[in-house]
Amino acid sequence: MSAPASAPVPEKSSSSLWLDAWRRLLRNRLAAAGGLMLILLAFACLFGPLLSPYGYADQNLDNTFAPPGAGHWLGTDQLGRDLLVRVLYGGRISLGVGLCATFVALTIGVIYGAVAGYIGGRTDAVMMRLVDILYALPFTIFVILLMVFFGRNIVLLFVAIGAVEWLTMARIVRSQIMALKKMEFIEAARSLGYGNRRIIFRHLLPNALGPIIVYSTLTIPAVMLLEAFLSFLGLGVQPPMSSWGTLIKDGAEKMEEYWWLLVFPGALFSLTLFSLNFLGDGLRDALDVRAAKD
Amino acid sequence: MFRFVARRLLQVIPVFFVIITATFFMVRFVPGGPFTAEKAVSPEIMRNIEAHYGLDKPLWRQYLTYLGSISRGDLGPSFKYPNRTVNEIIGDKLPVSLELGALSLSVALVLGLTLGVLAAVRRNTWLDYLASSTGLLGICIPTFVLGPLLVLLFAIKLGWFNASGWYTPADRVLPSLTLGFVYAAYIMRLTRGGMLEVLNQDFIRTARAKGATEIRVVFRHALRGGLLPVVSFLGPGIAGILTGSFIIETIFQIPGLGREFVNSAFNRDYTLVLGTVILYASLIVICNLLVDIAQVWLNPKLKFE
Repeated sequence: MSAPASAPVPEKSSSSLWLDAWRRLLRNRLAAAGGLMLILLAFACLFGPLLSPYGYADQNLDNTFAPPGAGHWLGTDQLGRDLLVRVLYGGRISLGVGLCATFVALTIGVIYGAVAGYIGGRTDAVMMRLVDILYALPFTIFVILLMVFFGRNIVLLFVAIGAVEWLTMARIVRSQIMALKKMEFIEAARSLGYGNRRIIFRHLLPNALGPIIVYSTLTIPAVMLLEAFLSFLGLGVQPPMSSWGTLIKDGAEKMEEYWWLLVFPGALFSLTLFSLNFLGDGLRDALDVRAAKD
Repeated sequence: MFRFVARRLLQVIPVFFVIITATFFMVRFVPGGPFTAEKAVSPEIMRNIEAHYGLDKPLWRQYLTYLGSISRGDLGPSFKYPNRTVNEIIGDKLPVSLELGALSLSVALVLGLTLGVLAAVRRNTWLDYLASSTGLLGICIPTFVLGPLLVLLFAIKLGWFNASGWYTPADRVLPSLTLGFVYAAYIMRLTRGGMLEVLNQDFIRTARAKGATEIRVVFRHALRGGLLPVVSFLGPGIAGILTGSFIIETIFQIPGLGREFVNSAFNRDYTLVLGTVILYASLIVICNLLVDIAQVWLNPKLKFE
């Protein structure tokens, strides 16, 4: 047999698979609406504050608790700050925390699961037993302790939430890798003399991308909920910054007379969770991911 | 069955060990102690206080002492409330949280199962759509939004309930609904999915062919299989209700253990934090164990692995 030609990997040929999935996703009206809504929200949060005449911390003590109206579309708070601008800034933080912490969880979970699934045997047994033990821990309680004890630092928040949410990802990736590694194209890759790292990252993981994408999409709302949960307890993002969680907390304290302070941040947060869940469900159908559990 | 339970119980031991050890050292390596907030006290008094609570001993000695007293069921004195032990505080506050949790779980089960079964049996009718949209609402409106909204509507505007407190039976309504609703939504979705899957299977057709009434088909034959996903959700669900009560107790000012836990963490009341974490962890671990056993009981295919 001649030496293997520099195997041309026809990336293009696989695009039809993704194109199919994309078409299926667009046909799912709820999922498409969810995706569109998220894009709009992200744009509004990123660029909206630039268009507003009001700054995020601009106080106007002559105009406190203004109800929604012409000057301030969503009203003002106890310091006369424009609620719309604050909600959009809060969205930056909430969406940012959601994305960053999901990325942390994704990285840990994918690498851990891939390694466990690829090596298999006793290493896998030990690694997954550890995951089982961690699953049984009351993590929300530990995150609360971390935030109380080590200051409410936003980087720590990412790490803490990410560290909680990687477990399921690790399980999903592992079961995918276990199934894939027995297939012939992996044997082919091995017989070509490729190293383990190359096989994991170039051959196995790209084929497990569907479940990874779907589960990441569904992790983002879970992460955002946890962040808002912590912020509501006063343990999340600290003033002068605010996330949707802190805005909801402030709103809940003053809702008796000033309902808009609770209703608008709450509605936007719920809308985001709604969109993310629809998009995640739609992606699951489009990419034809079965409930991946081991 | 016995061997299965025994093995699962053995697995619980390392989990507890990790929890106790992790919390103990995390709490001790924190900047600021339980007594730093007080007015400046002279070094001698400080030394006396620390000696009284055993904080002057080396860390490993404190750790061993603590392990010893836990094994006797003694969680030690509270650092923040003089003359009160952690056991007393927990004994005071835990019943309130347990009542809230049990009521919320009942709301979740009754509402979720009813809606889920109805939606599956009357698939693609207005009943199904109503149930499914309720399910979606529950998943997308978190407790800390729903709770204040319910208070705003039913307590402040309509005046049907008190906005906060935990005195009369009516005070239980809004908190349990708030906390239970989210989980009702999950249970509804899982029941609907599980029932739909089972209702399509051959043995259901056989039952119908034998002339079983629709009610008998649903409750005798389908429900047992359709409940499986719900049962496996109950483990994380109960854990969620326990931690969710931190928020609910804050919103409705309920004197339960959840609020006490958050306060104790802020107060750096080491022993109270440790005691509460261990208690919550045990509750969650026990619930997971019960859920595992129930799962095997409902699905003989699992055959205790």
